[in-house]
Amino acid sequence: MESLLNSIDFQYIIGALVKTAIFWIFIMLVVAYMVYAERRVLAVIQNRLGPNRVGWQGLLQPFADLIKFIFKEDIVPLSVNKALYMMAPVIVLVPAMMVLILYPFGPSNVPIPLASTINWVVNWAGSLVGWDIGLNLTTMNLYITNFNVGLLYVFAMTSLGVYGIFIGGWASNSKYSLLGGLRSSAQMISYELSLSLSVIVILLIAGTLDLAKIVEQQSGWGGLRWNIFGGNGHWAMIPAAVIGFIVYLVSAIAETNRIPFDLPEAETELVAGFHTEYSSLKFALFFMAEYVNMTTVSVLATTLFLGGWQGPGVGSLPWLGPVYFLAKVFFFLFLYIWLRGTLPRFRYDQLMSFGWKVLLPTALFNIVFASVLAVLFL
Amino acid sequence: MDLTQIQGVHVLFLAFAALAVVAAFNIILQRNPIYSAIGLIVVLCSLAVLFLMLYAPFIAAIQIIVYAGAIMVLFVFVIMLLNVRAEDAITDRLKYLKFIAPVFFLLLVGQIAFFVSRVQNPPPPAKIPGSVESIAEGMFTSYVVPFEAASVLILMAIVGSMLLAKREKEEDIVRIEQALAEAQAGEPVIEESNEEAHA
Amino acid sequence: MVPLSWYLALSAVLFTIGVIGVLVQRNVIVLFMCIELMLNAVNLSFVAFSRFFGDVTGQLFVFIVMAVAAAEAAVGLAIIISLFRNRETLNVDEADLLKL
Repeated sequence: MESLLNSIDFQYIIGALVKTAIFWIFIMLVVAYMVYAERRVLAVIQNRLGPNRVGWQGLLQPFADLIKFIFKEDIVPLSVNKALYMMAPVIVLVPAMMVLILYPFGPSNVPIPLASTINWVVNWAGSLVGWDIGLNLTTMNLYITNFNVGLLYVFAMTSLGVYGIFIGGWASNSKYSLLGGLRSSAQMISYELSLSLSVIVILLIAGTLDLAKIVEQQSGWGGLRWNIFGGNGHWAMIPAAVIGFIVYLVSAIAETNRIPFDLPEAETELVAGFHTEYSSLKFALFFMAEYVNMTTVSVLATTLFLGGWQGPGVGSLPWLGPVYFLAKVFFFLFLYIWLRGTLPRFRYDQLMSFGWKVLLPTALFNIVFASVLAVLFL
Repeated sequence: MDLTQIQGVHVLFLAFAALAVVAAFNIILQRNPIYSAIGLIVVLCSLAVLFLMLYAPFIAAIQIIVYAGAIMVLFVFVIMLLNVRAEDAITDRLKYLKFIAPVFFLLLVGQIAFFVSRVQNPPPPAKIPGSVESIAEGMFTSYVVPFEAASVLILMAIVGSMLLAKREKEEDIVRIEQALAEAQAGEPVIEESNEEAHA
Repeated sequence: MVPLSWYLALSAVLFTIGVIGVLVQRNVIVLFMCIELMLNAVNLSFVAFSRFFGDVTGQLFVFIVMAVAAAEAAVGLAIIISLFRNRETLNVDEADLLKL
């Protein structure tokens, strides 16, 4: 029993399960409060009050929305393709949630707080029953897991999320849905290219696809070694990294179908696009998937460009890492909402020509430029 | 095969292999092409898991990004845009195939099992290839010529597919028909010159 | 340790299902998908051999095969689209003469 409990695999599995549960709850809260934050921040930008009735300052509004969604009538039109209609929200949501296991919240090998207390309590409880549980917890990682092709895995899950959108649009058997679904997914696969290519600059600087290692390499110098400032390479990589950052941000906003790139799902244009025929909980799942995608993209932006959980004092107080990480992620989410309140939307042909004729050549040129700089200076 | 030797890896392999085979049958047995496409996507994803089990994480990720994430999207787009409906039950001229096909398939599976059980399985070497570094090392040193040839091939495919799928514009069609009409009207000129040549 | 022969058997079975599909299917797009299934079965063989011989060449070949499959899918679907525009049918049995 002792060797089983102390074996690395068992602790890893139990730790991964516990962390997955905690992170999942965290993501659900982030998604729910993103809806609320969006409404409040948009209200401030548009010079009005947002929802401020439910609970103090409206903080219980997401729960009111959730209850409303659950009690709404679930209308399924007669002419839909039942199997695909039901599966589409799931196909969008599951790949979006699968990226959760890679979020690098904090450093690795962080001492577990109250470890000795937990050890003592569990061993004492075991001895009461007669088991000899020799529990000996020491350190944990502040992320669920990590693999050596982490970045490729994130892009793979993003590619799989495109399916739910046009399957949902097609299965709904209506003109608006089909058109919205096809346009939306065409936009997503076009901007996926510039998204992936803009990250290659970071690969040149960091030399690895592993998200935890990329963050660890950005430590020191009071934040001046973040990858957007050239990383641990050389100051000469700054222009390439900044161009990469801008291309990444623009592609990310287009990839997640947000303003200014959200023509396929705007209410005033295409009658809400591919989710026209969806109601109640399935619509809530589509919504949730969009916000989880936004969070994923923001997490990638902070990890790759802004130094992840690095910040002053993380060396001595490792639990400060998640605080910095969340601060940076919330900054990007605020940026999304800010852009929504400020910019008008692109027309669809302007959107596609921008993606193919401006962003993709910029990303390709950036790769060549960064390679030249890397050969000369790194 | 010793039943006490079954490990978790074997169970994982059998699960995803069964999923791949069932989905592959789904491709050929469904009447609606969208369901066949979904079957192929399931096959691709289970093969990606098998690649992961074979210590090829880069190939697994590339399989999902390129094959399941781009090529199959292309397929499903074409099915949706061409509005391909489910096939109606057309009269099968080859009805007897339905009955002898499973027999032949089982025969084939038996043959495969016979040969597979004779294979001397080599013990796997300790060095595990498949990290991104080793692939890059091979790709850009010994095999750089196929790599460059593949990029030229993809360029040809881009140009070729754009050209083949282009819809002819109205004014082009009109122009082509006018040219054809003029060519037919001008044929006597050619016949006269032929007669002059013969005369 | 999953023996090599299991991977090869799976690859053979998937390849056979692909061949059956190519011979039996009437819809030209599903026929194309069965060709892709055959290519994937071969990819599995390559990666299995690469693992069991410790050589990375197998995985490089899979990379090239994927690039070729992508190019072939793009051009093939373009041909199918223009075929559909001219004949209004996706049934290979009806497209067996050059005459429209």
